[in-house]
Amino acid sequence: MKKYSGLSLVTGALRHNRNWQPAWRKPDPKREYDAIIVGGGGHGLATAYYLAKEHGVRNVAVLEKGWIGGGNTGRNTTIVRSNYLWTEASLLYEKSLKLWENLSQELNYNVMFSQRGVYNLGHTLQDMRDIERRVGANRLNGIDAEVVNAEQVKQAIPLINTSPDARYPILGASLQRRGGVARHDAVAWGFARAADALGVDIIEQCEVTAVNRDGGQVTGVETTRGRIASKKIGVVVAGNASVLASMADLRLPIESHPLQAFVSEPLKPVLDTVVMSGAVHGYISQSDKGELVIGAGIDAYLGYGQRGSFQTIEHTMEAIIQLFPMFSRVRMLRSWGGIVDVCPDACPIISKTPVQGLYFNCGWGTGGFKATPGSGWVFAHTIAQDRPHELNAPFDLNRFTTGALIDEHGAAAVAH
Amino acid sequence: MFLIQCPWCGNRAETEYRYGGEAGISRPKDPDALSDAEWSDYLFYRSNPRGAHKELWNHAQGCRRWFEVERDTVSYKIARSYKLADRNSESGS
Ligand SMILES: Cc1cc2nc3c(=O)[nH]c(=O)nc-3n(C[C@H](O)[C@H](O)[C@H](O)COP(=O)(O)OP(=O)(O)OC[C@H]3O[C@@H](n4cnc5c(N)ncnc54)[C@H](O)[C@@H]3O)c2cc1C
Ligand SMILES: [Zn+2]
Repeated sequence: MKKYSGLSLVTGALRHNRNWQPAWRKPDPKREYDAIIVGGGGHGLATAYYLAKEHGVRNVAVLEKGWIGGGNTGRNTTIVRSNYLWTEASLLYEKSLKLWENLSQELNYNVMFSQRGVYNLGHTLQDMRDIERRVGANRLNGIDAEVVNAEQVKQAIPLINTSPDARYPILGASLQRRGGVARHDAVAWGFARAADALGVDIIEQCEVTAVNRDGGQVTGVETTRGRIASKKIGVVVAGNASVLASMADLRLPIESHPLQAFVSEPLKPVLDTVVMSGAVHGYISQSDKGELVIGAGIDAYLGYGQRGSFQTIEHTMEAIIQLFPMFSRVRMLRSWGGIVDVCPDACPIISKTPVQGLYFNCGWGTGGFKATPGSGWVFAHTIAQDRPHELNAPFDLNRFTTGALIDEHGAAAVAH
Repeated sequence: MFLIQCPWCGNRAETEYRYGGEAGISRPKDPDALSDAEWSDYLFYRSNPRGAHKELWNHAQGCRRWFEVERDTVSYKIARSYKLADRNSESGS
């Protein structure tokens, strides 16, 4: 791998940019690997990278049915934060946030991680009590968090409507200054390039169609590019988790829903932080290109179609205009949908399964982009050591039987 | 947005309805007799298929009655909808 640097940019420019190499190879699949990762989203690519980097497992393939990053990774609104309520969840997301803080250096790839702060607005007395409680819990876990009042919100975000006459007046917010946004594609490409450099084969246009087993042990997969053997298979396919599970005769406590987002025409810089509201249900930031990036809630029905219903977009626009009346005249450019894997307790499953050698990482639902590096880090550990890391042990599939759920609906439900 | 046919009121916009989840899951008659795994399956596990799905809808802003719909989860096309009493027959529209 040729290292990117300021110098490589200059010499590249002087050579009319003819010296650039593809960021990862396009190998044909081998017959057998030490580990196979199904799903070339951010989580799958991160898993492969940390397998090679932290655990010395380099004979690894990532199998992706389309192109890498074309799933939820390339469709999300990229909000990164770690201010979840319960200790189990906040430690997992905080591990991830710490990895984000050094990710561009680690990967030698600019993931454009921008710690511009995340405001979670409170509109009722109960919202504010919940915010106080969550901020308190965060601080006990060593996570930066503050409660701010409406005046401070207005000061930081001059365009926001803090009038007490608003239908849902803003009473205050929680603020995590270390939160922010990152460039979604760059995260997939950066992990892919770094994993490839360590020997990982990234195989696109390769759909897994069956999971082979011998007794209770996994032995490989059937794919649209032939049979590939491996005694360790990690599945990270987001909205398609139940489909892959059924290939191994497993069921999951997961349902797949459409989740939509949209962007506006580019504007001059008007919003330099991230604003989320659970009560009116919307979240918004401004991209470096100037587009307002706006996310909706899930559609209630099951959907694998990567599209949702129009009234969901309409509802979200209403919420955003409540918060920012000025945006009522901004035109929206495009909208799209992803398929999110929703778990009953709004927390992921990062777990071994009843099939030996088969591991699942799913259930991130509406909010897993922020967890990309951390999820890959703990999943690599789980696969390499055949046991969870202490950070993901609470996220075992078994919790739905024991009852040890980690209810993050409060901190996760608005999504993201 | 799609049109859903209420067996009583006919085709109406999706916004009149409320989605009610996977159909055919009934509360176990004797919960005490279930193992933890069986109870967990009833509470949390769903078939979540990519393709044909039988699901409940409620005509919340119409006649307020529940009925079943068979819908494809990829194309979102509705094959048929029918009253709960007719769930085992092939009729319905
Ligand atoms: C509109 C929207 C907004 C969001 N906003 C946020 C946000 O602001 N912040 C946040 O933290 N999270 C957000 N999320 C959630 C976040 O995008 C996901 O949790 C995260 O990106 C999941 O990453 P992943 O790598 O697991 O999945 P994906 O990126 O979906 O990757 C899974 C891959 O598996 C592949 N695959 C599926 N089936 C097969 C098969 N049979 N064989 C081979 N490959 C297969 C798919 O093609 C896909 O590329 C949002 C999601 C959406 C849809
Ligand atoms: Zn009706």
